[in-house]
Amino acid sequence: MSTQATSLFTSDLSVVNVGLAMFDRDLTAQGARVTTLDWTPPGGGSPEVLAALEALEDPRVAARTDAANAEAVDRIVGARPMLVGFGRAIDVVPGMTPTTILHAGPPIAWDRMAGAMKGAVTGALVFEGLARDLDDAERLAASGEITFSPCHEHDCVGSMAGVTSASMYMHIVRNETHGNTAFTNLSEQMAKILRMGANDESVIERLVWMRDVLGPVLKEAMEIGGPVDLRLLLSQALHMGDECHNRNIAGTLLLTQALTPALLQTSFTTEQKKEVFDFIAGSDYFSGPTWLAMAKAAMDAAHGIEGSTIVTTMARNGVEFGLRVSGLPGNQWLTGPAQPVIGPMFAGFKPEDAGLDIGDSAISETYGFGGFAMATAPAIVALVGGTVQEAVAFTRDMGEITTTRNPNVTIPALGFEGIPTGIDVRKVLATGILPVINTAIAHKEAGIGMIGAGITHPPAAVFEQAARALARTVA
Amino acid sequence: MSITAVVKKNTYFDSVSLMSISTRANQLPGVEQAFVAMGTEMNKGVLSNLGLLTADLGAAGTGDLVIVVEAGEEADQAALLAEVEELLVQKAPGASGGADTVTYRTVDSAARAIPEANLAIVAVNGAYAGREARKALENGLHVMVFSDNVPIEEEVRLKQLAHSKGLFMMGPDCGTAIINNVALCFGNAVRPGTVGVVAASGTGAQEVSVRIHALGAGVSQLIGTGGRDLSEQVGGIMMIDGIRALADDPGTSVIVLVSKPPAPAVQDKVLAEIAGAGKPVVVYFVGGSEEAVTAAGGHFAASTQDAALQAVRLGVDVHAAVDELAAKQVDEVCARLAPEQRYVRGLFCGGTLCDESMYALLEVSDNVWSNIQKDPGRRLTAGSPSVGHTFLDFGDDDFTNGRPHPMIDPSLRLARLVQEAEDPQVAVILMDFVLGFGAHEDPVGVTLPAIAQAKKIASDAGRDLEIVGYVLGTDLDTPALAEQVAALEAAGVTVTRSSTETGHFARETARKAHRA
Repeated sequence: MSTQATSLFTSDLSVVNVGLAMFDRDLTAQGARVTTLDWTPPGGGSPEVLAALEALEDPRVAARTDAANAEAVDRIVGARPMLVGFGRAIDVVPGMTPTTILHAGPPIAWDRMAGAMKGAVTGALVFEGLARDLDDAERLAASGEITFSPCHEHDCVGSMAGVTSASMYMHIVRNETHGNTAFTNLSEQMAKILRMGANDESVIERLVWMRDVLGPVLKEAMEIGGPVDLRLLLSQALHMGDECHNRNIAGTLLLTQALTPALLQTSFTTEQKKEVFDFIAGSDYFSGPTWLAMAKAAMDAAHGIEGSTIVTTMARNGVEFGLRVSGLPGNQWLTGPAQPVIGPMFAGFKPEDAGLDIGDSAISETYGFGGFAMATAPAIVALVGGTVQEAVAFTRDMGEITTTRNPNVTIPALGFEGIPTGIDVRKVLATGILPVINTAIAHKEAGIGMIGAGITHPPAAVFEQAARALARTVA
Repeated sequence: MSITAVVKKNTYFDSVSLMSISTRANQLPGVEQAFVAMGTEMNKGVLSNLGLLTADLGAAGTGDLVIVVEAGEEADQAALLAEVEELLVQKAPGASGGADTVTYRTVDSAARAIPEANLAIVAVNGAYAGREARKALENGLHVMVFSDNVPIEEEVRLKQLAHSKGLFMMGPDCGTAIINNVALCFGNAVRPGTVGVVAASGTGAQEVSVRIHALGAGVSQLIGTGGRDLSEQVGGIMMIDGIRALADDPGTSVIVLVSKPPAPAVQDKVLAEIAGAGKPVVVYFVGGSEEAVTAAGGHFAASTQDAALQAVRLGVDVHAAVDELAAKQVDEVCARLAPEQRYVRGLFCGGTLCDESMYALLEVSDNVWSNIQKDPGRRLTAGSPSVGHTFLDFGDDDFTNGRPHPMIDPSLRLARLVQEAEDPQVAVILMDFVLGFGAHEDPVGVTLPAIAQAKKIASDAGRDLEIVGYVLGTDLDTPALAEQVAALEAAGVTVTRSSTETGHFARETARKAHRA
């Protein structure tokens, strides 16, 4: 007793004030240092969730969990995803068939799909020659002849609707450290595109060109040039002001720089090569999917560690938000309603036009960039409210719910601190801070496309379910 | 509907900024639709689809900014356009922006970031308070839990954890402490000194500290324990650790213990600490027994005033003294009473203040009713009317359920004051006014209109209603003691000088009113 008490009696009082702000004023007036918490009831105030959280925080359980989480973040940080090639989904993606359509987010049946996803599915069926036109495609989609499956269950991620069909070209990203591979399809550049739910002739034509020219050119270029270290490029892009989810200009330049010498040596015509360069120049987003596959390769390596409370997947299908956690192995999805995305919209569109949160791109935030790295992307702070301080606050807040900082991917403006890494379900519930996700906004109806960009959060319910499920595993 | 279109040549904004500007432009009152974008082919395509593409707009290039505003009939187009253009002007954030202030969500993160943090105050719903307290203890912080409704089993676990780590676990339901001359939660500005206090009662502790100050002495540390610390289950863990800490503290010359009567076994354990303390220990257990205290080597105090006086005499100034209650004052009050005016009604904010006056009156009458009566046969609830001599503790759970403490929100007590004034049997109404940190900014001022109304009700009925007020505070408090006392006296209130004197006044009035 005496040592601690004596040291209190002989120290300046420094108070952590939890709950009542009025005490802050009185204590400050008396010369004490006061830190008043921005406190909210843990677990959203639900006794059941709180009980699950307390079970996970029990010292014996927590010691095991902390060790499992240390292993999980070691794998995330240590993963070395290399772009090793491009290939058609049917040739490279596990479990792919000519009549399989992969989609973003947790599992969902055709009749429950969001407008943008339905638009993308019907467009893809026309593109694959499985349907004559969009009406025929709708009939086919509803017929039961098409296998719908989440990208995430096939080592893939898909941005926005995530719709991936057999003949689409995929990035092939191999995690050199852990030996697993991840895939994602190619950026369609523009706003009126399949992944955003658009599906008219211009969209299909572009997909055909991507299948017949872009994909093969990239495939051959990779065969000539050899693997590209994506984590290194990501890290450089963050130093250049990208957060690599909603801003990709630096990353696209870096990726293009890496691909160009080999691309020039391919057997395609100069005209075709020029088409490819024009296409890349058409939008800063070209490298967007590349970073998603990079993150997927790292996060899959961290999945399935017994006792770990680290989030390995955040994915949305436009209707539901799906979460996967390392300690709940395989395809155990925890789901809740997809949330609205708040942010600026293209001229001519209004908030009521917007579809709900959609896409596997939240793998960015799951890894630690995108919304988690807002502090490094001052150019796009308009997405998060408008000030650089707010952007920095987002990154700092994400530090509160993560396990470590990734020393390989750093933020110059924060003194080269690493990006916040390893979202811990326990910390999300204890702090009431939800992960922040940067994302695009697709129109709620099929056939229109992208109408804006902004930020969103997962529904708290998925973390509450995760805590209960994890608590059962330790009980 | 009218449309204004402007092309600003050679003006560049990035697409994200433009989306943001467009969105804000669309929210301006009077704007039907606004479009702010660079003159790219894609954007001109959108304008064309909307039927807004004029020849001027069509001639805009990718380096030109296009502004199109579609306004309602009655809108001032020029003004609207100016408002939209205003959105284009970005302002650098001010150097003194408060946005840099770091906020923390959890005890863990605050404790990690502030290594010198040494104490946590927890004042959240009781369902969560235990968890926050535990987190603080695990981070090596001393803890004061202001919250109530924490299960007693949890209190025991927390106190055991704190004890094992050598930390203070003050509370739950601990309203008052003074650590290193800083009053925590509810407390008064008292001068630094050498009297150490360990108290299980919030207002009891405040009263003792204020009396010590009034005697010219000061407080070294005031350690709160929470009201249940001396129960059988908790076993006085915090009071015993508090005694030991003050015994070891070179800045403390004398120790005062304040509590409601402890569970007998716990009382023995606590009193057993006196022998080893190495300094005088004054014990005020409300209504407690002198014998046990004396046998343990302690100094028995019969009242808060007595506790403060003995402590100051033992540890600071042997000549300290207080004035006796003037019997004349009581006689004057009684002389003005009508024969049926026989009862005392006490309306208190402070639990110990209520207790102390009630115990004083119990010396002369059994007809004493209260929401904190030990005798269940004479217990009142918040809703029940007064009976005989009635003492109400408005700070008790029964009254506070779902509302702030009466030291902050006086409304229930004000209404009751007016109600009591209607009762022809009432001789005297006792009220306390607690000053200090955490309390109402002007407890007397907020009560004056009700006092005037009560007095008028009585005088309209041909009675003289005596209101006796006690202001718990010091000359260092804000507002200051003298100012509040003067305001009461100006309103015709008889002002007492301590909680103890208030009890004496009540007892003597009751005795004399009955005799009359």
